Amino acid sequence: MSEQHTFTESDRRDGVEPDMADVARHEPASTADARPAVQPMNMIQALNSALDAKMAEDPTVLSFGEDAGYFGGVFRVTDQLQQKHGLTRSFDAPISETGIVGAAIGMATYGLRPCVEIQFADYIYPAYDQIVSEAAKIRYRSAGGFTVPLTIRSPYGGGIFGGQTHSQSPESLFTHIAGLKVVIPSNPYDAKGLLTASIEDDDPVVFFEPKRLYNGPFDGWHEKPVSPWKAQALAQVPTGKYVEPLGKARVMKEGADVTVLAWGTMVWVSLAGAEHAGVDAEVIDLRSLVPLDIEAIEASVKKTGRCVIVHEAPKTSGYGAELSALVQERCFYHLEAPIARVTGWDTPYPHAFEWEYFPGPERVAEALKATMKGGR
Amino acid sequence: MKKPNTQPLSLRVPEPSGRPGDAPDFSHLKLDAPGAVERPAVSTAPFDMRDHAFRLVRVLDDEGQAVGPWNPKLDAETLRRGLKAMILTRAFDDRMHRAHRQGKTSFYMKCTGEEAIAVAQGMILSREDMGFPTYRQQGLLIARGYPLVDMMNQIYSNAADPIKGRQLPIMYSSKEYGFFTISGNLGTQYPQAVGWAMASAVRGDDRIAITWIGDGSTAESDFHSALTFAAVYRAPVILNIVNNQWAISSFMGIAGGLETTFASKAIGYGLPALRVDGNDFLAVWAATQWAEERARTNQGATVIELFTYRGAPHSTSDDPSRYRPGDEHEKWPLGDPIARLKQHLIALGEWSDEQQKAAEDEAVEQVRAAGRESEAIGTLGQSRPSVKTMFEDVYATEDWRLVEQRREVGV
Repeated sequence: MSEQHTFTESDRRDGVEPDMADVARHEPASTADARPAVQPMNMIQALNSALDAKMAEDPTVLSFGEDAGYFGGVFRVTDQLQQKHGLTRSFDAPISETGIVGAAIGMATYGLRPCVEIQFADYIYPAYDQIVSEAAKIRYRSAGGFTVPLTIRSPYGGGIFGGQTHSQSPESLFTHIAGLKVVIPSNPYDAKGLLTASIEDDDPVVFFEPKRLYNGPFDGWHEKPVSPWKAQALAQVPTGKYVEPLGKARVMKEGADVTVLAWGTMVWVSLAGAEHAGVDAEVIDLRSLVPLDIEAIEASVKKTGRCVIVHEAPKTSGYGAELSALVQERCFYHLEAPIARVTGWDTPYPHAFEWEYFPGPERVAEALKATMKGGR
Repeated sequence: MKKPNTQPLSLRVPEPSGRPGDAPDFSHLKLDAPGAVERPAVSTAPFDMRDHAFRLVRVLDDEGQAVGPWNPKLDAETLRRGLKAMILTRAFDDRMHRAHRQGKTSFYMKCTGEEAIAVAQGMILSREDMGFPTYRQQGLLIARGYPLVDMMNQIYSNAADPIKGRQLPIMYSSKEYGFFTISGNLGTQYPQAVGWAMASAVRGDDRIAITWIGDGSTAESDFHSALTFAAVYRAPVILNIVNNQWAISSFMGIAGGLETTFASKAIGYGLPALRVDGNDFLAVWAATQWAEERARTNQGATVIELFTYRGAPHSTSDDPSRYRPGDEHEKWPLGDPIARLKQHLIALGEWSDEQQKAAEDEAVEQVRAAGRESEAIGTLGQSRPSVKTMFEDVYATEDWRLVEQRREVGV
């Protein structure tokens, strides 16, 4: 299954767009026949296109958040949705994350499929009680009597000089919660397919958008010019609706020597790190942390015998700790080196030390080389 | 430069009018006479009726007569149904409180003295509307005829528990009866009720929502978020604040109740507020009908403070003799909701002491029959759903972790 999602290094390096038939193969049979038109999109456009297509198809889908109505969001992800779908289906919300998520839960239990925006993941904490104690638990505590088909979109992650209140990666605060799903795309094609799947999912999904990737596949070489999405195969996005299933990882680059597990911006940083180290790494984009594609992880680590986990969030109790434990439990006798983690430091996100904090390709390369030598 | 104070700063920590051993003192309460508060037109602008946040709507007088502009003029049959539902609620509470004392369950919460609120409101709204209750609105289920045995099965977490042993006793859930799944986290239901009502409006439907919160929980941010959203989007929702004077051991002053009324919180949000005698079935009915009409005619939300007194301990885990005068409840100046409605029906010539006694006996027997049925299935620990169900309903479908963990348990 995962092999279908292979996105090869040669495609990326040469800027060659893969045959779109490959993309079509990933689609469900029902929409594959329609052969929707494809066009290059950045991640913002792809997310916008997902919302637009879904709202056109399903009148129960609606979108709201701070500045997310008329103006279309501070990152423009909900641009023109109000103009196209009406004031009551795409609107501005008061600056109250508790209210946004609390109201959305009520709407979801009514039978709507709200997709709300929390302007920055760093602002999500006032809504934490509503997400953790309510959205995640309502199906269970009512024995299925009430359900919460809710999607919470939120830009996350660093690399933008956002300081501690615009750079955090709080995904592990949500992966720890029974009843939640946590999805993080790394490219426009997946962003649209996964957001569509999240909205269609009958359970609450926390959908984090790596904001450093909105306008291009940032690989951590911050002094080099930014490359745009349009050169990337994964920026060729069907304009119609399609779904990428939750719980399926994407092998971004096949490799024989070491498995790299990453998501969001760190997928591109890991690819660059592997290239910098000259190591034949297999880079896996998990895409969805919960549900997790454990089969893809297990198959890859058993093949390579080594595993490096890369995330932006601080190390302690980060999702890398969970992955490390899972790999150890399932692949111990295949491991030829200790599992390594490359992560943000256990400090708040510092404004002046962006690139010392941000786990860049050099740190990934060092970890890969050390792992190839059997550990640090 | 440091500015000198004329005297050192001091911190005020509010204290109630009485503690254990003190005589109850309600002299600080400003109570309007029955019939004294005018009834504004339902279309009145919130600003033009702001005084209502500081008054107290009362209909029943001390002689049991219904007086004044808020008299809902209910027919005797409706009054009797309300009275019987309150009697049944109290009988149910008494039995389940005893069941806890007998070790049949882990926890129970009574609504003694507050029965009029959920019963009247449960009768007015339909099951198609949605109630987002706290843990003291069991009267809503009982007024709507929800099977007592199912409530007991929930309290016993037995094999027939409609929510499969997932929740603490009394955290009922019934979509069919318009009763949202209760959360133990306080105040969370408030913005949810507003959102549910917004959804009905988005869809152009005609259903409204109703929710309750305690005086203590109005301090939660959820309360304030909910009022903002309700006002901004003119949500068709009734926002009740049940001011029963006590949040476990904290008197209402700890939530700001000495500075202003809880109803008056609505004024700052631009919402209409009514402050109502919560022990007066007719006043609760009339105010709720007013708010219902407002919501159903697209004029938005109403905040209703229901002024009452928590007669029982907070829960079976609580001992109020540790923090409040022992006879406060008896001395509550607004009486008991059941006694007052009974008095009214008798004054109307529609009820008698004999009928009251018969209704009470019948309620006890009804509860006893349900108890026998439920206990035959099992009390807590004697019977429970299959352990396999522990892993169900986490998600719509089990993921591999849950499959593996379920196998680990061997089910």
